[in-house]
Amino acid sequence: MRKTDRKVLLDSQGIERVLSRLTHEIIERNRGAENIVLVGVCSGGVPLSQAIREKIREIEGVEVPAGFVDITLYRDDLSKTVFQPQLKRTEIPFSIDERKVVLVDDVLFTGRTIRAAMDALIDLGRPRAIQLAVLIDRGHRELPIRADYVGRNVPTSWEETVDVRVEGDRSQWCVELNQIVSPKGE
Amino acid sequence: MLLIKGGRVIDPANGRDEIGSVVVDGDTISAFLPAGSEPSNFEGQVIDATGKWVVPGLVDMHVHLRDPGFEWKEDIRTGTAAAIAGGFTSVVCMANTNPVNDLPDVTRGILDRTREAGSADVFPVAAVTRGLEGKEMVNFSEMAAAGAIAFSDDGKPIENALMMRRALEYAKGFDYLILAHSEDHALCENGAANEGDTALRLGIPGIPAEAEEVAIARDILLAKLTGGRLHLQHISTKMGVGLLRMAKRMGLRVTGESAPHYFALTDAAIEGYDTNAKMNPPLRGEEDRLAIIEGLADGTIDAIATDHAPHEDYVKRCEFISAANGIIGLQTALPLTLALVREGKLSPAQLVSLLSANPAAILRLAGKGALSQGADADVTVVDPDAEWNFTSDEVLSKSKNSPFLGCKMKGRAALVLRAGRVAYSKMTGVSVDA
Amino acid sequence: MEWRRRHVLGLSDFSPEEMEFVIDTARSMEEVLTRDIKKVPALRGKTVVNLFFESSTRTRTSFEIAGKRLSADVVNFTSSSSSTTKGETLLDTARNIESMKPNVLVVRHSASGAARFLSQHVGCSVINAGDGANEHPSQGLLDLYTILKAKGKIAGLKIAIVGDILHSRVVGSDLHSLGRMGAKLWLCGPATMVPKALEKTGARVTWNMREAVKDADVVMMLRIQSERTKSPWFPSIREYSRNFGLNRALFSLAKDDAIIMHPGPINRGVELSDELADCASSVVLDQVASGVAVRMALLYLLAGGSHAAH
Repeated sequence: MRKTDRKVLLDSQGIERVLSRLTHEIIERNRGAENIVLVGVCSGGVPLSQAIREKIREIEGVEVPAGFVDITLYRDDLSKTVFQPQLKRTEIPFSIDERKVVLVDDVLFTGRTIRAAMDALIDLGRPRAIQLAVLIDRGHRELPIRADYVGRNVPTSWEETVDVRVEGDRSQWCVELNQIVSPKGE
Repeated sequence: MLLIKGGRVIDPANGRDEIGSVVVDGDTISAFLPAGSEPSNFEGQVIDATGKWVVPGLVDMHVHLRDPGFEWKEDIRTGTAAAIAGGFTSVVCMANTNPVNDLPDVTRGILDRTREAGSADVFPVAAVTRGLEGKEMVNFSEMAAAGAIAFSDDGKPIENALMMRRALEYAKGFDYLILAHSEDHALCENGAANEGDTALRLGIPGIPAEAEEVAIARDILLAKLTGGRLHLQHISTKMGVGLLRMAKRMGLRVTGESAPHYFALTDAAIEGYDTNAKMNPPLRGEEDRLAIIEGLADGTIDAIATDHAPHEDYVKRCEFISAANGIIGLQTALPLTLALVREGKLSPAQLVSLLSANPAAILRLAGKGALSQGADADVTVVDPDAEWNFTSDEVLSKSKNSPFLGCKMKGRAALVLRAGRVAYSKMTGVSVDA
Repeated sequence: MEWRRRHVLGLSDFSPEEMEFVIDTARSMEEVLTRDIKKVPALRGKTVVNLFFESSTRTRTSFEIAGKRLSADVVNFTSSSSSTTKGETLLDTARNIESMKPNVLVVRHSASGAARFLSQHVGCSVINAGDGANEHPSQGLLDLYTILKAKGKIAGLKIAIVGDILHSRVVGSDLHSLGRMGAKLWLCGPATMVPKALEKTGARVTWNMREAVKDADVVMMLRIQSERTKSPWFPSIREYSRNFGLNRALFSLAKDDAIIMHPGPINRGVELSDELADCASSVVLDQVASGVAVRMALLYLLAGGSHAAH
């Protein structure tokens, strides 16, 4: 698989702006941050949820609990993979019972990941509500799932990939749209 | 009349190793003709053996034909067909059949079936003890009269030393030979492979070399005590060779054999739990393998015998410790021994002694093991350089349990004459006599 | 790294990276075990058959719980037929089970190489749950995991393993798992059961318990089988315990923070004195907990995937 036609959707400053807006929306919708917990979906959602947590602290002066969830064991396509995907860690070191859980992921696509993440959360406790925050919504939903907070709506085709680079130094973060070009016969 | 012309005639019983021709008249050898003295107008079939060895028909003194009782593994027809293809015109079959060859009728049955369907001569060995149970001796002279040529409980040791003593002593009175499967059962315990690094690593219970050596030592001492004639079967260990060497130095009437797998393989062959490398005694270590070769070279070991032990697939296709012991060997003995000649370990004459002259002499098989005038016209023409693959298609036995399957072989029987008739031929223009 | 194995037959060909990968997966599994709902849907619709030709309630239960935690259907097939009893061959039994389309066969058998043999003749994945005196890979991995949790590392630790080394499949796997990760292994027990030839594996052999335990970081006691007095490998349980049982005085020779391990079941008062079996240094129960996580990891890594599907 080769990728060409690299197009930057968001640079680091753009991501910061979007995250700030998302944070404000979250605080506004929940009338503060008192009862909120953040759960990032591995891997891309984890640094994003950390960034939102920092912004909440800056705005509200509140330290909200944050954890992350690995949805691999809840995937609905495990039987279809040739070899099992590597497991990452789930770490939610607090009770989510009766809390408002804001699930954070980088890209909302078919909705299957979020379905799996919700199953995982419900195995962990009984939240009062689950809300979804995503950096990019690229469409093509296969399940009746909708995000509560969307950073950017990006209409895409199946031949495109949305690559979110949110690891390490935040000044290097970016989101790219790439075209998949499959050589003949692949 | 038949003339085998121009080959290297190797006949150690007659001290001969030279280019020449062998003349066959009917079912006996009539003459050896030195090179250049062949008649120009020979009346009869002429076989050109130029570039090949002409040797007395090979004699395998240790074969399990599985007949009667285990005919799905092998029978006299298929076993002797494999023998002939391997260059053996005479095979000696062990008594661990069903029923055990401990009654004259069983011996006679074997000989009857050989006359009907055998393509090689079969010489039955009778059991030493009834049912191989180590308790009562068989009727030695009655068995001999029926056609048994020696006595052995092979497959099992005679555990009771007193029984072994009595058998050797009693047999001595008639000058019969006892073939000993020397093994201390208690020391083997539940072992399934040579006690060594490989078995330790694979977690397979081991059989120490000493389980064989303790028993060999006992049997040699009993031969000393009784003066009986003892032949040690399938020697596989260094000390076993050493004990036989000692017995010979002491002037005891003791001989011994080993099998090709003990000088061609080590216990490394069981890697991966290969049940086709499982036999009893087990494949040993490299030191033992080299000692066997040394024993063959210096004449300590008298004979190479295959211990041909056919087993159907399913008793080998199972967990290692449960798998049956033994491998087929009739078609691979000659090329495996020829490898020792190529390596300079054995002379061609030694090969012929080990595979023909010596076993015939030990067993006193009249007319076998030599190309003397008047001897049986059993002749094996060996092509020492023929290259071939030992594939399962080549196997003439009913069973295909061999660790050598798929191996490249060098050397084989090109033509085999049994009682003056062409019984096997790989030579162009020479067909098998109907 | 990417997991490429279809079977887990032994650790003899496992690289340190692969062992770490399994342990890493087991860590994720262990998190699942801390939840109120200790079950995830990863292996929904998959079938795991425990094919046990030797009774081993512990190992079988551990695999059974591991499978169920992952939502697999777990079926137990226990056959008492030893290798010597005539009847259905091992292969026939396995093929019968295979016809019922399991995804993973977990095999325990008294014959070394039995699991490897089956893996060559069935289409599904095979996990060796102990074959004769050869290997018990999940035990080797759980021992590794348990020590890692207690000590944070393996390399450089002095680990004494005491008991019937010769017949121990646990040692067969531990020699690979712990040995390959850089532990200094000491093997100890009656000379009949601890052949000097084992030093070729890189381990040290001693028949002196004090030498084995001195300054050890880990003392692993193996279960002694009373049947072994019949062969005879040693005179009596009493005599065995006198020389190779671990008690407070002997254990005081080990490092202050040394831990005690035992694959279970413990013969109290034989391998381990009663007080040591329950002392703070004992990680025996942690081994059991680690065992479930490691077996979940192995089942997850093997049972998924189209390569195992029928």
